[in-house]
Amino acid sequence: MRIPCPLCGSRDIREFDYMGHAQALDRPEPEAGAQAWDDYVHNRDNPAGPTRDLWFHGLGCGAWLVVDRDTVSHEITAAALARDVKGGAA
Amino acid sequence: MRLDKPGQIDRSQALRFTFDGREYGGFQGDTLASALIANDVRVVGRSFKYHRPRGVFSAGSEEPNALVTIGQGAASEPNLRATTTELCEGLVAQSQNRWPSLEYDLLALNDLFAPFLGAGFYYKTFMWPAKFWERLYEPMIRRAAGLGALSGAPNADHYEKAYAHCDVLVIGAGPAGLMAALAAGRAGLDVILADEDVRTGGRLNAETVEVDGRPGADWAQAVTDDLYAMGNVRIMTRTTVTGAYDGGTYGALERLSPDVAARTGAPRECFWRIAARRTILAAGALERPVAFQNNDRPGVMMAGALRAYVNRWAVSPGKTVTVFGNNDDAHRTAADLLAAGVHVAALIDARPEASTDLPVRFYAGAQVTNAHGRGGLEAISIATLSGIDKVQTDCLAMSGGWNPTLHLTCHMNGRPDWSPALAAFVPRDGAVPGLVAAGACRGDFSTHACLSGGLEAARAVIRELGKRARKIDLPQAEDAPYRISPLWAVPGKGRAWLDFQNDVTVKDVKLAATENYSSVEHMKRYTTQGMAPDQGKNSNVNALAVLADATGRGIPETGTTTYRPPFVPVPIAAMGAGAQGAGFAPQRFTTSHQVSVDMGAPMIEAGLWYRPSYFPREGEKTWRQSCDREVGMVRRAVGVCDVSTLGKIDVQGPDAPAFLDFLYTNMFSSLKVGRTRYGLMLREDGHVMDDGTTARLGEHHFLMTTTTAAAGQVMKHMEFVHQCLVPQMDVSFISVTEQWAQFAVAGPKSREVLNGILDDPIDDDGFPFMACGPVSVMGVAGRLFRISFSGEHAYEVAVPARYGESLFRLLVQRAEELDGGAYGMEALNVLRIEKGFITHSEIHGRTTAFDIGMERMVSAKKDCIGKAMAARPGLSGPEREQLVGLVPTGAVKKLTAGAHLFDAGAAPVRENDQGYITSVGFSPTLGHFLGLGFLKDGRARHGEEIRMVDHVRQIETTCQVVDPVFFDPEGGRARG
Repeated sequence: MRIPCPLCGSRDIREFDYMGHAQALDRPEPEAGAQAWDDYVHNRDNPAGPTRDLWFHGLGCGAWLVVDRDTVSHEITAAALARDVKGGAA
Repeated sequence: MRLDKPGQIDRSQALRFTFDGREYGGFQGDTLASALIANDVRVVGRSFKYHRPRGVFSAGSEEPNALVTIGQGAASEPNLRATTTELCEGLVAQSQNRWPSLEYDLLALNDLFAPFLGAGFYYKTFMWPAKFWERLYEPMIRRAAGLGALSGAPNADHYEKAYAHCDVLVIGAGPAGLMAALAAGRAGLDVILADEDVRTGGRLNAETVEVDGRPGADWAQAVTDDLYAMGNVRIMTRTTVTGAYDGGTYGALERLSPDVAARTGAPRECFWRIAARRTILAAGALERPVAFQNNDRPGVMMAGALRAYVNRWAVSPGKTVTVFGNNDDAHRTAADLLAAGVHVAALIDARPEASTDLPVRFYAGAQVTNAHGRGGLEAISIATLSGIDKVQTDCLAMSGGWNPTLHLTCHMNGRPDWSPALAAFVPRDGAVPGLVAAGACRGDFSTHACLSGGLEAARAVIRELGKRARKIDLPQAEDAPYRISPLWAVPGKGRAWLDFQNDVTVKDVKLAATENYSSVEHMKRYTTQGMAPDQGKNSNVNALAVLADATGRGIPETGTTTYRPPFVPVPIAAMGAGAQGAGFAPQRFTTSHQVSVDMGAPMIEAGLWYRPSYFPREGEKTWRQSCDREVGMVRRAVGVCDVSTLGKIDVQGPDAPAFLDFLYTNMFSSLKVGRTRYGLMLREDGHVMDDGTTARLGEHHFLMTTTTAAAGQVMKHMEFVHQCLVPQMDVSFISVTEQWAQFAVAGPKSREVLNGILDDPIDDDGFPFMACGPVSVMGVAGRLFRISFSGEHAYEVAVPARYGESLFRLLVQRAEELDGGAYGMEALNVLRIEKGFITHSEIHGRTTAFDIGMERMVSAKKDCIGKAMAARPGLSGPEREQLVGLVPTGAVKKLTAGAHLFDAGAAPVRENDQGYITSVGFSPTLGHFLGLGFLKDGRARHGEEIRMVDHVRQIETTCQVVDPVFFDPEGGRARG
């Protein structure tokens, strides 16, 4: 499996760490309540098909990436810098 | 026997080799199999289960019979196929699965018990008495069935792994692969052409076909020379592509030629990971046998393989050969044999309508029903319309047709399609993204079809990759039709082999169907068909055809089993190359490493780092003596310890204070420049992640430290927090762990030592507790931090790493002059336990700030990572196990880490568990053992007697619950 790092180009999967779904970007407000925090920290869907998750290019540039991936076909359709996604650029 | 014709061997280079201790001769260019055939060695192995004598069956990596052990002692390698083993001078080969010898194998008795050893026999027999299974039956079966054995000694051979990238990977260098590589290479693409053979050409080396008016092998060589000259085509011979993976990644095993592998330090094999934008699969086809009674006799072999032996290696496995087939291709075999001067006793074609012009005894519409000759083929029985003919023959070439080698197209869950015209499975387009099949592996069997298929596939790939195809003339070649009438198994009595390597017969598959193992995957597991090292390359399609027949279904409905990587066996040594010893866990050494080793310090692992555990002195016989002395040294005089392994992260930027406030539970924006503060970091789920001190070196410049073990995790966490949660913050950080050598100087005389090396001496007013700042260490710009992990008046002094070793020597020397010296991890641990300071033994991932008594460090004035979740019910309160100190009060004066705590009168069982001990050490300062641990509602229970039970070490005692700070609770010594 290869991930197209926006900074480094197409790189082997061994260079990356997987974190989980990209909803980790959407940190609730401190007072959002127990349910919102529980969902943020613990609750994840397990989709068969397109998903969007966070990968860390630890053995590369150190960038956190938001990767669009299909859990069935394993196709990777997009990878963007998390800081751009978080900043509203993508 | 060797034939009197040229072949692709170099007769000027004679080679000697041994097989089962007997010496033989061969030539450069031979395989072990061709050399054995040249020497008339007919029996090369014994079968897996029945120990039947077996001969060479094929001429490639699909070989089921001729498995041998190559080499001797620790360097021996079992289960290598003689058909792909290059002959070299002095080669030592041994046959397998026989005792005492290949000729007289006592376990050949198994063959007589065959009626009891059918499919699933081990599920049905040996059932009773039950306890006999483990002690008797299983060891007996394991001894009787099997292949080669490992030497049991560590193998010193080298293996490598490597990565390669290309625009186009062409798998297989036969006519289709060569044309594809030629077109892609001419278009300027970066091409890798991989083939498992030692030379390019594929079947062109084994056949007598012509390409563009010259011998096919010559044409292949000319194209290969062209490809080498291009510069943008890498030709990897001896390289088997073993698997297709996501994203255009392929695994490949390269065997180095024997002369290269023999060089000092050279690898035997290299496992490649090849990333290709596009792949052209031109893997050819594998010929399949026909099942008939005793078709496993030595001398019965594949027709295409026989042509390879005759045409390429100029050897014939027989003097009087017969040919049996169900397709036109089989007729070539008779023609080639005649051309080579080998007597052909009969050509048998199962198709009634077949005819031939060849001057041989010809049977149309006939079938071989039995093979005779115990030690090797002597005669065959042929069923004709008029009865049974018996023909004397010492070699039978058989062909049941060809199966496209489509394995790689199925590695990503693809399923092949059944082609009735070819009576074979063909690959489905798009089964592996980016891969197209061409030539015989797509079902195009003629030379012309292969050449044009390769060219067409390359043209499509060239277009997709945005290049322009150059004009290439398609070479002229035969385009003979492939006509076949399916024949899987000749009806009749007796055992007819499907899977030669795992000894599975037609009967076994029928039995599986009878017993309702009618799904192909169930049949496979019940009979073990296709589960040997050859993974059923010769037998899968035949077996499922027999199953389809037995269950009354068609072949497409029956389907195939799953094709999985690797295509050929890959040594673990090759896949794991470089990952043994220090390659598995890289070693990180501090600048003081060698000095510490020279001082006699035993080194212990701390993550990947190595740190000294203690520094023994003369007269000290145990580690405890050294440790006790070192602790006393720090408490009374001064000690020096390398603390460079702690993670050091340099944080800078206008938002650095706000960033650290968000990261840590406590405030750093309020920290003054020139001061250091202890910080606690949580995970977002509210549990403690790490702790450490952070120094403010400037308004926008901090240096934070992490624990040794968590440095990488914390760095990744910080990147996450910054990039994913607060990218708007203007802050940058980088690990500087390797750049600075840092030493703790601890004890009442620490300042005295430091003032001996600092260019500007310090005092208590200028450098109070928790101060930090730049210093000049004998002219070197360094940093000084007045922090203490021992509870003593202490400093940590940092210099650029290149000065580390000399500073350590100097500090130790100065400390020794003041009755101090170096101290190691054991003393460091005792010192911190005496002070109740925590490490990752305490913050092990399940403890909260509340548990360790630091809930007040979670600032109410700001948000931070983990704050919201730390406030959840259940993460604080009297039900929590809280950090306490423990001192032994019972008869046993020892505490052990990992022991559990129970109320005095309660049974020491899980239901009564009150907590556990995390850290222990003998305190020379206080004269007894100390323990840190977690106890339910522990802070409210100081003074209580509690029972410690270590179930693992069988130790128990009573201890008293106390405050975790055992020594100097007011902290006056560190400030003084």
